[in-house]
Amino acid sequence: MIWRAYLPTKTINFASLFELTMYDKYEAVIGLEVHAQLKTKTKAFSSDPNAYGELPNHLVTPVSLGHPGTLPQFNEKSPEFAVKLGLACNSKITAENRFSRKNYFYADLPKGYQITQFDTPICTGGYIEIKLQESTKKINLTRIHMEEDSGKSIHDQDPFHTLIDLNRAGVPLLEIVTEPDIRSGEEAYQYLSEVRKLVRYLEICDGNMEEGSLRCDANISVRPKGSKEFGQKVEVKNMNSIRNVQRAIEHETKRQIEALENNEEIFHETRTFNAVDGTTTSMRSKEMDNDYRYFTEPDLLPLEITTEYIEKMKNELPPLPNELFKKYVEDFNLSDYDAGILTDSKEIALYFEEVVSNTKNFKAAANWVMVNVKSYLNENALHISDFPVSPKQIAELIQLIDDGKISHSVASQNLFPALTETSNKSPLELAKELDLIQDQNEDNIKQAIERVIENNPDETERYRNGEKKLLGFFMGQLMKETRGKADPKKSNSLIREMLEL
Amino acid sequence: MEVNDELVDKIAALAKLEFKGEEKEAIKGDMQRILNFIDKLGEVDTEGVEPLVYMTDETLKLRADEVDQEISQDEALRNAPDKDSDYFKVPKVLKK
Repeated sequence: MIWRAYLPTKTINFASLFELTMYDKYEAVIGLEVHAQLKTKTKAFSSDPNAYGELPNHLVTPVSLGHPGTLPQFNEKSPEFAVKLGLACNSKITAENRFSRKNYFYADLPKGYQITQFDTPICTGGYIEIKLQESTKKINLTRIHMEEDSGKSIHDQDPFHTLIDLNRAGVPLLEIVTEPDIRSGEEAYQYLSEVRKLVRYLEICDGNMEEGSLRCDANISVRPKGSKEFGQKVEVKNMNSIRNVQRAIEHETKRQIEALENNEEIFHETRTFNAVDGTTTSMRSKEMDNDYRYFTEPDLLPLEITTEYIEKMKNELPPLPNELFKKYVEDFNLSDYDAGILTDSKEIALYFEEVVSNTKNFKAAANWVMVNVKSYLNENALHISDFPVSPKQIAELIQLIDDGKISHSVASQNLFPALTETSNKSPLELAKELDLIQDQNEDNIKQAIERVIENNPDETERYRNGEKKLLGFFMGQLMKETRGKADPKKSNSLIREMLEL
Repeated sequence: MEVNDELVDKIAALAKLEFKGEEKEAIKGDMQRILNFIDKLGEVDTEGVEPLVYMTDETLKLRADEVDQEISQDEALRNAPDKDSDYFKVPKVLKK
């Protein structure tokens, strides 16, 4: 169906279509923790640049290095981004925010603790709606909280040492935690696609899982269908694409069901996903490492979020993908598929918004943006911000077609390419200049048809002997003769008339 | 709360410290005295009193999101006990 375009193809096991396998007796219960690196200029608590791909240990200050005597100063953009995401997810925004220290030792955590939010996450509740093949589903959020990233440990470059790069230390993060509402790898895939789309629309995170600016851990358990109790949960990490999250969940679900069926124990542990063979392997047991001794961060005063502040953020929100999708389907009568493509990226959606503010022919607008504009961008490897034709020109082009001034094929094959090269003229001006305006004059069309009949005596005879499907051939010849300018409706009836003679 | 060997071992492990023999006995005594001192506070009736978290009514002042690169890579690495031209070097963290 419609969303199939986004889904990976599955191999169908035909035997499983006819019998209930042991896997069908169980359901998976999945909660996801997403870490989104915020697109701020500087780090969460210090003024060193927040950037990816720099030379190691260049983006540091005494604060991010954890030197004694330094004090954190909170970036004003972090709570703005957090509140915007919370508002977009219908979360409740917390008025008095405290920061806490999460204490643990690791070489890429210079202070020996991570500054995070423990008992007062900035957002609580809310949901993200996902689209499944034939329905939608709300994935409820537990919380969204603000924290800082750690540095990076490099284990494989030096045989005797671990190397530490602190460029990432202190980068602001939002951790987005779902309720255990997800039931399959496919739902997880759709959820993450929505999260990525949302943070990109809000321009708070670039959503790049390969570079780690969006990361996801999955808590997975299985239970017999109908059971209300949760099974033993296992955490799976190290999935660097949305597709791999889906694969990891599918594999881990299968592994746990097989373990239960074989009366094996499922351990409370962290497992890592291997992208090469699609399996998970045990990293460490969870028994020991849960004592983080959280306490309130004494170096940061409480952060107050006022209702005025929330209002201000609300006013700064861009149109959101789900709202646009709904508008396109319900008000514009577009298909789910079209609405999905148009809202997939914010830039395309905003371009389309401008086209439809200049024309009421929504379906034509959608087709022009999805087909002509997008393929031009693809062929020329351009971003829509560099696209030379304005949305208003596209709307005018549609109007020319609707008024019968040019044919659709001339518009897409001649006028549109010409517009991409001479962006300052109106489509009408340019069409006149290139002599593309459709000929409505019956005498001119008749003369052209006469020439076509003269030049194709064999086909004319066959048509007159009843081979009516040759009509298309004559239309084609006529368009060739008139360089596509003969008004197709008039031509169609005129050709018929003249051939029937 | 009684400070026993098990508790000392746990706290020591979390702090990446090790206590043996006399040291362990000494720290046990110290920790017990600290806890007894804190327990004394429990004698005060705090029914209906909000916990005091901050010593002031001030709220957090935020910093503008503007880059100020205070130090260079060279300066960042200068105090490290072990380093190469790019990285801090630490003992091999075993892959768990």
